[in-house]
Amino acid sequence: MHVKEPANDLVARLYRQLRLIRTLEEEVARVYPTDRIKSPVHLSIGQEFVSVAVCDVLRPDDHVSITYRGHAAYIAKGGDLDAMVAEMYGKAAGCAGGRGGSMHLVDMAAGVIGASAVVGTSIPVATGFALAARRRAGGSVVVCFLGDGATEEGCFAESLNFAALHRLPILFVCENNGYAIHEPLAKRWATDRLVERVATYGIPAQRIDSGDLFELRERAAEAVAAMRDGGGPAFLEVTCYRWYEHVGPNRDYDQGYRPESELAPWAETDQVARLAALLPAGERERIDAEVDRRVAAAFAFAEESPFPDPEELHDHVFA
Amino acid sequence: MSSPDRSSPDGASSGGRLLRYVDALCEAFAQEMRRDDSVFLFGLDVDDHKAIQGSTRGLLAEFGAERVFTTPLSEDAMTGVAIGAAMAGMRPIHTHIRMDFLLLCMNQLVNIAAKAHYMYGGAVKVPLVVRSMIGKSWGQGAQHSQALHSMFMHVPGLKVVAPSNAHDAKGCMIAAVRDDNPVIVMEHRLLYPTEAEVPEAPYEVKPGKARIVAPGDDVTVVGISNMVLECLRARELLAEVGISAEVIDPIWLSPLDIDTIARSAARTGRLLVADNGWTACGAGAEIVAQVLERTGDARIAVRRIGFEPTTCPPSPPLEARFYPNPGTVASTVHAMLRPAAAPWQPDPERTRLAHQIQFRGPF
Repeated sequence: MHVKEPANDLVARLYRQLRLIRTLEEEVARVYPTDRIKSPVHLSIGQEFVSVAVCDVLRPDDHVSITYRGHAAYIAKGGDLDAMVAEMYGKAAGCAGGRGGSMHLVDMAAGVIGASAVVGTSIPVATGFALAARRRAGGSVVVCFLGDGATEEGCFAESLNFAALHRLPILFVCENNGYAIHEPLAKRWATDRLVERVATYGIPAQRIDSGDLFELRERAAEAVAAMRDGGGPAFLEVTCYRWYEHVGPNRDYDQGYRPESELAPWAETDQVARLAALLPAGERERIDAEVDRRVAAAFAFAEESPFPDPEELHDHVFA
Repeated sequence: MSSPDRSSPDGASSGGRLLRYVDALCEAFAQEMRRDDSVFLFGLDVDDHKAIQGSTRGLLAEFGAERVFTTPLSEDAMTGVAIGAAMAGMRPIHTHIRMDFLLLCMNQLVNIAAKAHYMYGGAVKVPLVVRSMIGKSWGQGAQHSQALHSMFMHVPGLKVVAPSNAHDAKGCMIAAVRDDNPVIVMEHRLLYPTEAEVPEAPYEVKPGKARIVAPGDDVTVVGISNMVLECLRARELLAEVGISAEVIDPIWLSPLDIDTIARSAARTGRLLVADNGWTACGAGAEIVAQVLERTGDARIAVRRIGFEPTTCPPSPPLEARFYPNPGTVASTVHAMLRPAAAPWQPDPERTRLAHQIQFRGPF
């Protein structure tokens, strides 16, 4: 690893985002059993560093395509927190007006172009945004977050080929947490040479398995800079780990499909704790307090917001 | 080439000229691409020397490879790319040389295109046009003769249109390009050479309005896509035995103008839908059901005809039996009106499909 010592303001900024995502999702997990959140939630706890590192190098006019496990990327790209929690509650003030739920977060103003519950489907859609970005020639880029399971879908291969062919400004970021629902990679891939497969399309591809936020941020910054200069697509495979169950608020190591020993090295190198330790205590406490207030306010907003009027059921079928 | 319907569907005052269906489509693309820089057209073969049977001829030369380009053989992802570009503010026209390939696009069309505006609470629009062509006849066989419009009619959020003549081909295509929703345009290869009066200036044949193509008093006959022409020929045969048929072209299948059809059926008391698809769970079933629900009149006699419930064969005598034709339309209507009379079959020489008479292979 050749990453220089990060400046304090960068650490503070990244820590704030990490802590915001972690705290919000922990609150989701806490509230979830009350049944006030009416939407299946796929928590990203443990994987937040991927979104935070990559989104930190983006501009407001860049777009990100997120997955159904997309809370982290939504927040990291600047998505509206109140609208996010309200959406999970099914409230009218939700980012999709209660039509989307946790799996379809969207914030076009922040450049979050949405997510799909059908694995892989957002990959070509993000590629289409990149096609539009190239036509507009404004130097903006698209980041397409996807999971390891999505790389098995046909449209993944089709999209890579098209993006490479047209040199589209899109960074594919595969969050490889090793599981698709409960199926481990070994039952799904004949080899783990994903970046080699991608490279054969003519796309520079790197694997980052250190779990290091700063290393990932540098690699993403290099890829995005090259892309803004017309360099075409790039691919990053980032090894990470899902601390909680596939869907729901619990840890599920008692279910037998994965051992808790897998978690241990990731818990030891947890980037939230790592960055917290890099900050002066006073600054960290100030950020923590601010984040706690912000998250509490978002949940209070969701609790107090009205539901949509049933009469509005048919709104938005057609534009 | 003559056509059963050379007059403008909008009457004599259109100020147009005779234009082939395929050229009317091409004119629509060119005019919309000149008008709006965000319109682009892509799909396998759109820029080759055959130019999708000529429907995209000249577009590459005028608009360049940034706006007229071919694709890899990746229908699923290309549909997603079109959706993403549309969500980002562009207006893609995604072209398929055969309708059958839309089955490879169903995931994106049904799960994303149809739902994006809704599931993102109105935050995005998908102004996407999907062109697809039925390859019917001259031995196209099982996988190139299907009409799958009813599958798309089933899904809220998609619009479906099946223009039956050159005038509507241009007007519907322009309306589709300007529409802020995904529109599936079902073209028909056998209609491509047919001519109608087509105005030169751009115009829209807007969603949700059917047209009474020919008036009548005894029965309402709804034709879909090319079946409009066959129903008009059936109407001539029926007139010779004293039966007056009103022929309606729904034009847009979704949204469907059921009021025009229901008013006519309530007046004539009989409704026949002639589809160019299978009848099971088909457009005919939907039209018949909606008419009965709308009118509440159980006395209206209803009938559906369409593809035989089998797979389309290429062998000519089998293929001829597979499709409804003016004779099957006419004899079905006759049986509805005169159930006690002996079954009536028009002269077989006069019941061949209009375009089978004219069409010569190979394509």
